[in-house]
Amino acid sequence: MTHVANVPASAVTATTSGGQATSPSALLEIHELTKRFSLSGDFLEQLRFKGGRLVRHQEHVHAINGVSLDIRRGEALCVVGESGCGKSTVARIVMGLLSPSSGEIRYDGQRIDHLSARQLLPYRKRMQMIFQNPYASLNPRMTIQQTLEEPLRLHHPDWSRERVRDKVVEVMTSVGIDPDWGKRFGHEFSGGQRQRIAIARALAVDPEFIVADEPISALDVSIQAQVLNLLMDAQQRHDLTYLFITHDLAVVEHFGTRVAVMYLGTVCEVAPTATLFASPRHPYTQALMSAIPRLEDDRPQHIRLSGEVPTPVNLPSGCVFHARCPHANERCRREVPSLIAREDGTKVACHGVEEGRL
Amino acid sequence: MTTQLSIPTRWARFRDSYLLYSFKRTWSAQLCLAIFLCLVLAAFMAPWLAPTNPYDLSQIDILDSELPPFWIEGAVERYTLGTDAQGRDLLSIILYGTRVSLVIGFGAVILQAILGVTFGLLAGYLGGRVDAILMRLADIQLSFSTLMVAIVVGAVVKATLGSSFYSQYAVLMLILIIGLAEWPQYARTVRASVLAEKSKEYVDAARVMGLGSRRIMFRHVLPNTLSPVFVISTVQIANAIISEAALSFLGLGMPETHPSLGSLIKSGFDYIQSGSWWITLIPGAVLVVLVLVINLLGDWLRDVMNPRLYKG
Amino acid sequence: MSLLEVSDLDVRFALRQGEVRALRNVSFSLDRGERLGIVGESGAGKSVAAFTLLNLIARPGFIAGGSIRFDGQELTGLSDRTLRKVRGNRISMIFQDPMMTLNPVLSIGEQMIECLRAHRRISRREARTIALHKLRQVQIPSPETRLDQYPHELSGGMRQRIIIAIALLLDPDIIIADEPTTALDVTIQAEIMALLLELCEKHNVGLILITHDLGVVSQVTQRMLVMYAGRVIEQGPTREIINDPQHPYTQGLMNALPQMATPGERLNQIPGSMPSLSNLPIGCAFHPRCGFANDANGQPRRACREVVPEFVNSGNCRVACHMVAAMLEEEQRLAKEQTS
Repeated sequence: MTHVANVPASAVTATTSGGQATSPSALLEIHELTKRFSLSGDFLEQLRFKGGRLVRHQEHVHAINGVSLDIRRGEALCVVGESGCGKSTVARIVMGLLSPSSGEIRYDGQRIDHLSARQLLPYRKRMQMIFQNPYASLNPRMTIQQTLEEPLRLHHPDWSRERVRDKVVEVMTSVGIDPDWGKRFGHEFSGGQRQRIAIARALAVDPEFIVADEPISALDVSIQAQVLNLLMDAQQRHDLTYLFITHDLAVVEHFGTRVAVMYLGTVCEVAPTATLFASPRHPYTQALMSAIPRLEDDRPQHIRLSGEVPTPVNLPSGCVFHARCPHANERCRREVPSLIAREDGTKVACHGVEEGRL
Repeated sequence: MTTQLSIPTRWARFRDSYLLYSFKRTWSAQLCLAIFLCLVLAAFMAPWLAPTNPYDLSQIDILDSELPPFWIEGAVERYTLGTDAQGRDLLSIILYGTRVSLVIGFGAVILQAILGVTFGLLAGYLGGRVDAILMRLADIQLSFSTLMVAIVVGAVVKATLGSSFYSQYAVLMLILIIGLAEWPQYARTVRASVLAEKSKEYVDAARVMGLGSRRIMFRHVLPNTLSPVFVISTVQIANAIISEAALSFLGLGMPETHPSLGSLIKSGFDYIQSGSWWITLIPGAVLVVLVLVINLLGDWLRDVMNPRLYKG
Repeated sequence: MSLLEVSDLDVRFALRQGEVRALRNVSFSLDRGERLGIVGESGAGKSVAAFTLLNLIARPGFIAGGSIRFDGQELTGLSDRTLRKVRGNRISMIFQDPMMTLNPVLSIGEQMIECLRAHRRISRREARTIALHKLRQVQIPSPETRLDQYPHELSGGMRQRIIIAIALLLDPDIIIADEPTTALDVTIQAEIMALLLELCEKHNVGLILITHDLGVVSQVTQRMLVMYAGRVIEQGPTREIINDPQHPYTQGLMNALPQMATPGERLNQIPGSMPSLSNLPIGCAFHPRCGFANDANGQPRRACREVVPEFVNSGNCRVACHMVAAMLEEEQRLAKEQTS
C-alpha cells in the first residue's frame, strides 16, 4: 500500500475513488487534500489595471498542498508542525467546518467531503471535535446543562427528558465535573474545568472518532496533565480513535500511536511514535526534535535552521523545506519530493533520504 | 475546589453583577433613571393624573385660551401650567403628549430592532451574497433621510387614502416611518458583533454538533450579540423621539387634535411673539429633559457594558 | 551586595470584592550577570513580580510593602521621573507579545532612535549607527533595510529579535523577559532563547526570565524561584531544584511533564487547580492539592491547614513547606543522636 503524495501546489488532482487501494483498518482516509484561501476579496476587488488592460488578479494562501493520511481504528494519530503549517486546517476540513479545494475525505469507506449538512448529520454522531481555547468554545449564555443537553436532543430526538438528563450526569461524572454544577455558566469555571466540559460535550453523543485541535496548549502545565489523562482514559473506555493536532512534541511522544510531521501544508514524515523519536529521518523533523527544551543538563545542542518559514502565498518551488534545509541540493530546489514508504513502516518525503545520502 | 457548591439564582447573579454595582455607585445614573421612570409613569397614568381630558372637546372652552402658568399674574388656579391657544389645559396635554411621544419612540425602536437585528444576523452569519445585498440595502436606506421618507410616505398616504385616514393612523404611520428609516443602525452593529462571535469556537462546536444554521444563529450567536443592541437602543429611543418631534413640528406628524410633544411645540410657536411663550417652552423643556436622561442612561450603560473598560 | 535586592515585596490589588494580595513576602536577589528564572502557572504572580520591579503595575494594583534595591538605590516610592532613568536605561524589559512594545505606526529605526535619544544626548546619525550595531548583534539579516521597515512587515521571530535589540540598546544591567518565546514556534523559540543567552553572557547582562516552561528555565538560568498563589515556595540553584525538587508542588509540576512518564501510561497529575488569589485556603496555599497534607495514616496534618509555612534551608535551596521542615528536623535529630 503506497500513497503517492506528489502534487505540485498548482496542479489540480484528478484522482477518482476507483484507483485507491483502501486499507481495511483505516477509519479515516485523507487523500490528496488541498486547500487554498483567497486573499483577494470579491470579484470587483480582484480587478486590476495592468499595462493598460483590466486583468483579474487573484492571490491565494496555499494552506494545504496535497496531504494524504490515513487514521487507523483505535489509534491516536498526532499531527505536529509549527503555526501556519496547515495542521488545524486539516482538522477543520475533516470535521466539515471548511470545504477542501480538492481531494477526498473518506470516513469508514464513505466519501464525506462533499456531503450537505443534512447528509452529514449521521456522521456528526460518530465524529466529534475538541477545540483549543476553552474560554471560547463554550457558549457564554448557556449553562453547562444546556450545553451538554443540546447534542443529545439533536441526535436522539426520541429520548425522554429523564434519559437525556441521566446521560448528562453520566458524561459530567466521567470527565470529573460535579453534576450538581450543571446550572452554572462556563465563565464560572477554570480553564481546565472548561476543557473537561468541552470534552464532555464531545463525548455525550458517544462518538468513535475525535479530532482534538491543540486541546491542551491553552492550559497550565499541571492542568495539561489532567486533561491528557482524561483523554487517554476516554480513549480506553470508549475505544476512541484520535486525530490529535499539536505543536508540542513532548505531548506527541507520550500520547501518539503514530505521528505525522507537517511543514508548510505538506506532510514530511509519517512514522510510529517510537520510531520517529528514536530515529527521525526528515531534516525538518530532526530540527524540530532538537529544539525541544529538555530538563537534562546540557546546553541547547539544537540544529539551527537558517531563515524562517516562507509564506504560504508564494510557495517555494521543489521541496517546501529546501530554503532552510542544510542538506538541500539542486534536485530539492526543483522537484517536489513524494512521501515514500520505507521498510520500517515510516514514510518520508525527502530526496536526500530517498537517495540514501541522509 | 470543593468550596462553593451552591448555585446562585438568577436574582443572586443580578445582585452580584457589575451592572448593579456600577449603578449603585453612579449617582447620575440613579437620578436619570428616577426622572425617566417618573416621566414614563406620569405619561402612561395620564388619564388618571391629568386634571382634564384634552381629547374631550366638551371640556374645552375657547375663552380660556392663552392663560399663563400659576406663577404669572392673570393665572387661573384650575390651569396649573396655563392653557394653549385652544384653551386646553397645558399640564394635561403635556402628559398626554408625552405618552404619544413615548409610544412612538418605543414602537419605532422595536420595529427598527426587529428589522435591524434580523437583517444584521443574516448578513453577518450567512455572509457572501446575502451580506452584500442586505448591506447595500442598508446603505441605500441610510442615504434617504427620515424626513424625506416621511414626506414621501405622508404625501402618498394622504393623496390615496385621504388626510382623515392619515391623522387617524398617525401614530402607526410615524412608527412605521421612523422604524423603517433607522433600521440600518441596528443591522450594522449586529452584523459587526456577529462577525466577531462567528469566529469563536463555540460556534464551530455547534456546527460540528450538526445543528442547523437557523438554530446556531438564533440560539447561539444572537444572545451573545445583544449587549451592543441594548446600548444603541437607548440612543435610538432618544433619536426616535426627536425625529417624531421634528416631523410633528414640520406638520408631518401628529395632528393638533391628538398632539405629541413635537406638535405641541409647533402649535405654540406661533404665539411665542405674542407673549404666550409657555405654550412652546414648557413642552420643549419636557422634551429636552426626556431625551437628555435617556441619553445619559445610554452613556452609562455603554460604559458598563464595554468589556474593555472593566475586567474581573 | 547584589545588584538587585528584593525583600519582602508585598503587592495588592484593590478590587471591588476587596483587597487581593497578588504578591506576598517575595524576596530574591540578582548578581551582576546572573540569570534567574521565575517559574509558575498562570495566576501565580510571576508577571506581577516583573511589572513591580519596574514599577509598571497600574491601578488598582499597588506596592503595599517591602523594598526593591537596585545598585544601592531604593526603587519603591520613587517618582516616575527618577524611575525613568532606571527603567529602560539600566533595566529593560521584553514582553511576550512583541506588538506590546513596538508601535505599529513607527518604523523600527524611528523607535530605536527615539529610545536612544530619550536617554542619551546624541545625534540622530549616532543613534542610527548604534541601532544598526545592535541589529547586527541580534543577527538580523540586512539590518539597513530592516531599520526602515514597519513592525507588521516582519515575522514573529524577527520582531522578537528586534525587541531584544531594543532591550539591549542602552546596554542595560538587567533584562527582564516575560515569557519571551511563548508566542513563537518551537524552532524559532530555541533560536531566540539561544540568542538571548549568548548576548547576556557576552555583555555580562543579568537576566530575569519569567516562564511557565521548566525546560527553558533549566537550560538558561543559574538560579530559579518557583511561585504558587502569589508566594515564592522554593528557590535555589536551578540545577539542584530540577534534579531534586523539594516542595511537593515543584515535584508535582515536574512529574506532570509528559517526558517524565512512560509513553502511553497515565501522567502524574496534580489534582485540582490553583486557588484564586481572592479566595486562598488558610495555611499552606497548596494543601488542598498536596499529597503530603495528610500523614501516613491519612490524618490531615494540622500545620499544613493552619499555618503558613516559613522558609527552611535545605542544602542550597530554600523551601516553604511543613513537610520538608519536619523531615529536616528529623534528619538533624538523627545526626545529633549519631554523634552523641
